[in-house]
Parts: sequence; structure tokens; C-alpha cells
Amino acid sequence: MIRPPRFFATLVWVAALALALASTAPRAQLTIEIIGGGGTTVPIAIVPFAGEANYPYPLTGIIGADLARSGLFKLIDPAGVNPRPARAEDVRFGEWTARGADAVVVGSVTPQSDGRVEVRFFLLDAVKQTQLAGFSYVVAPSQFRPTAHKIADIIYEKLTGDAGVFSTRIAYIAKQGPRYELLVAEADGYNAQVIVTSNEPLLSPVWSPDGMRIAYVSLENKKPIIYVQSLATGQRQVLANFRGSNSAPAWAPDGSRLAVTLSRDGGSQLYLINADGSGVQRLMSSAAIDTEANFAPDGKSILFTSDRGGSPQIYRLTLGNGAVERMTFEGSYNVSPRHLPDGKGFVFVRRDGGRFNVAIEDFATRQVQVLTQGTIDESPSVAPNGKLILYASGNGGRGILAAVSSDGRVKQRLTAAASDVREPAWGPLPK
Amino acid sequence: MHQPSHRNFRFMLWAGFAIAALLAGCQTTQTSDKAPVEERTPSTGATTPGAGTAGTTGSAVTGSATGTQGNPLRDPRNVLSKRSVYFDYDSYAVKDEFKPLIEAHAKYLQTTRTARMTIQGNADERGSREYNIALGQRRAETVKRMMLLYGATDTQIETVSFGKEKPKNPGHDEGAWAENRRDDVVYAGE
Repeated sequence: MIRPPRFFATLVWVAALALALASTAPRAQLTIEIIGGGGTTVPIAIVPFAGEANYPYPLTGIIGADLARSGLFKLIDPAGVNPRPARAEDVRFGEWTARGADAVVVGSVTPQSDGRVEVRFFLLDAVKQTQLAGFSYVVAPSQFRPTAHKIADIIYEKLTGDAGVFSTRIAYIAKQGPRYELLVAEADGYNAQVIVTSNEPLLSPVWSPDGMRIAYVSLENKKPIIYVQSLATGQRQVLANFRGSNSAPAWAPDGSRLAVTLSRDGGSQLYLINADGSGVQRLMSSAAIDTEANFAPDGKSILFTSDRGGSPQIYRLTLGNGAVERMTFEGSYNVSPRHLPDGKGFVFVRRDGGRFNVAIEDFATRQVQVLTQGTIDESPSVAPNGKLILYASGNGGRGILAAVSSDGRVKQRLTAAASDVREPAWGPLPK
Repeated sequence: MHQPSHRNFRFMLWAGFAIAALLAGCQTTQTSDKAPVEERTPSTGATTPGAGTAGTTGSAVTGSATGTQGNPLRDPRNVLSKRSVYFDYDSYAVKDEFKPLIEAHAKYLQTTRTARMTIQGNADERGSREYNIALGQRRAETVKRMMLLYGATDTQIETVSFGKEKPKNPGHDEGAWAENRRDDVVYAGE
């Protein structure tokens, strides 16, 4: 068995990635550091794969950085172990348990005759002396980063029981001087690509459930208009450009339509619209502000923000019968609801005094836990495994992104040199 | 063994950014690069050509009122040159001091039936971006409703919101916030 992991009161782990930065990296590329955390960590030794030094991307460096950044692993230095094991049968477990490792990862990188490379790896339980996983991939060297993330996902899942999200992508908005950019990057901040540039504000990016498109709001035509853009082709389409303001897009789980906020009939109200912009259908009629819709994972209900009770609070609309139920009661400002992927609760932003913080509420118990301590924390976005929440944090100055685990213990800070970053959106698990 | 020091990493980042800055032009998918204000020349096409601006409706620029002379909207002595209505925090109630301004614009619309305006609602930086879009929208609609009571017609006024996205004052104190909780009246063609 893996020993019960140890407790770290103040884990300060700078996750510097051992990668030469590609010269095409945009200025708004993120670097991620863990700024505090604790809770439990699994001590794991990741032995550099045999042959990986012949390639510019060190696979085990990426795998180790992924795992360390999650805050749930402690990397055990494999230096000095000689010879370095590359296969499961080469591992002498005593060597690793003596170093405090509960798990060991070994592997190899072998060139193939067609220019591709075979990557093999084994995950071993050093305490129980068994193999937990073993896979081999034949990939082009250009696929090393995705392959490393995939291996990190397998290790994470085997050792924590939850799906890994290292292979996912994130989207965010960067403001550099007068310019706004919508970027998409790997979950570790690398390979950031600019997909939209505008001289007017961009906001509210949301991923389609299949990860192929992003809907967002742009003010480039002097009013909020919702667009849907394909990531594969870069082509975009107007989703909603009605009289008044068009904003707050939210995809239905099947990707066929979105909930949006329109003011075309007076007031900010919720509507459904097909993903091609057709078939607008009003969801409700109220004299209040109704906005920030977010679908439940089963598609049967929607959380939204409304001031129908006198202050902005979160409500749930059941689509089958139109019933509306208030979900937040404490405080005078609770906004921006997003469901957890298991459908058992939601995160949101609450104002307490003059501060805005990300909180989490459980549907069954209605218990609320405040997760962040910033001055202005906003726009939460939940990782597809429900374990991390990405959000924007500002203190009146330059905005940064930050992440907090859903139990509040692991905290990360994501910064982009020389730009103001906000509006993060975590993409879905790859197919 | 496999991780460079944090300082080195920062250096590499900066070096990367420097190169990226040089290459920026070729790597971005430019879908909109409009200069926001430079549309004074009376060309008939309203939108600057540029990829990705298809599908725009509304606010077509009608060629009128080119000079300032004799234009009541530009005459600094005329109340019509005043264009901003300010609000309290989290509020959309119109204060008495702004009623003459709103009435004057409504009367102008009533007597100038071809005139069209957009009321742009804004919010201060506190709170959710999307909720602030809705709050700015309501501020704009509140002023529009008053103008309709004073004689303007519905088709003359579009209400939109910039939320907290386009602050007039970039500061982070009450003085700045008070300036940013605002409706701006913009006539078509301006």
C-alpha cells in the first residue's frame, strides 16, 4: 500500500519548468507557482527516462512539474541511483523506500526507424512492490509535451483516484496596454496561442463541451456581442447580436445550444439559443436582472444570478417545470455560479465587507466554504475533475490568475509577464 | 538536476518575450483591429474594413452634423452638450440633478425625429463582470424610460452596456468609481 501521505503546513514549491521557452511564446504566457498549500502529498520518485536526454523536451521534467504543481505530490530526487532503472523489473524497491518514495516512475525513449519514438513508462508502488501502470506510446517527437501530460494524468489518477487534468487546456483574456487578447494554453501555461485580438474589451470565454469552440463576448462594435469561434479553423460566427446587450454565454452539456443574457426585450433576461445563432427562446420573464446562467452537468437545471430578491443572489431554474429556487442566503452579494462537474454543488463569488472571494456550496447540506482570501477574486472556472478552481485575482493593480483546490488547501498563482490577465476558462477533458 | 533556478527561468521568459514581441505580428490571428474612434470623415461605409466584423447591425453612421457651428449637441453652452448621468453604488436611481439633462435630450429627440442615440451604461470595477454588464444595462434603460416619458420614441434609442470594461477613470478609489458609474449619451454619427 501507499503509505498515508505526509502533512506539509507550508509547502512552498516553485514549479519552474525545465524547458527552453519556444521563441513563439506570446507575451501573455503564464507561469505557475504554488504559493501555499499543504494537506497530503504522495512522495514519488520520477527517474529520468533512458534516452530522453537526446531530445529537447525532457519528458520526466514535464511529468514531475505537472504532479508537483497539483500540490498532491512530493518529488523525491532520484540522483545517485546507479544504474538508473528503465524497466519495471530493474527497480530495486528498497533503494526507493529508503529515500522515502512511495511510488516510482521509470521509462525509456527509443527511436523508431520511421523517425517516431517509442515512449514506455511504468508506475510502481514501492511499498507494496507492485506495478500500478505500464504503457507504451509511439509518437512523433513533437508530441512529447502532450505525451508527458498524458503520463502525468495516468499517474495522478492511479494515485489519487481522480481524473488528471494535465492534458486539458485553459483559455483566458490578457490585456496589454490598449490591446485585448483571448489566449488558449496548455493547463501548465505553455504553448499559449492568441486566438482573438481586439482593441476593445473581450470577456466571458466559455468552452464548448467538445473543446472545439469557444464562445465569448466582444465590445469591438461598441456593444456586447456574443461570438462563437472554432479553434481548428479560427473562423468565427456571431451567436447573438440583438438590439441592446448580448452577454454571459453558457453551453448546454450536449453542445447544441447555449444560455445567454439578452436585453432585446428590455431588462437583462435569460434566453436559449442554438449554437448556430438560430432559435432564440426566452427562458423566463422577470422584472429583475437575470444573468450568468450555468448549466447543471445533466442539463436539467440552470444556476443564475438575479437581484429579484433585492440583492444579487444565486438561483436555480429547473428547466422541466420552470421552478425557481434561491440557493444563497448569507451576504448581500453572491454571483457568478458554476456547477461542480459531479453536479453536487457549485462555486461562486461572494462579497464580504469590501472583499470578493470564491466560495463553494454543497447542494445537499447548503454548507458554504469560502476558498480564497484575495481582495477582488472573480470569474471562477472549475477543472473538469472538480479538484481545482481557476479564478481571476486583482487588488486594484494588474490582474493575475490563481487556482485553489476545492478543499481550499492547495493554492497556485499564474502570472504572465507584462500583462493583465483575467477571465480564465478551464477546457474539458480531451476525448 | 532537471530544473533551472527560478532566476534563470525568469530570464528565459524575458528572452522569450523579447523574441515573441518581434514575431507578434505574424503569429496572431487578427480578427479585429479597428481603431475605435477615427471615423470622422463622412465616408458612407460605417465600419472599418477588417476581417471578422461581419454580422454587425445597428448604429449605422448617418452622415449628419459634421461641423460644430450651430449644432446644439456640440455647443458647450447648451445642456445637450452634457452627456453623462452618474449613479450611486449598486444603484440605478436617477438623481434629480440629472433630470434636466435627460429631459433636454428627450425633447431634442422629439423635435428631431431622424436623430438616433445610444445610451451606454457603465459600472465601477467592483463585482462580477457579467453582473456589471447587466447593472450598466439597467442604468441605460432607466434613463431611456425617462426619455420616452419626456417624448422620445423607442426606435430612437438603443441601450447597451459596457459593464466595468471601459472605465473613464482608471483609478481604484471612490473618486474613480463615482466617475465610472455612469451613462453616456452618444448620438448616431458622433
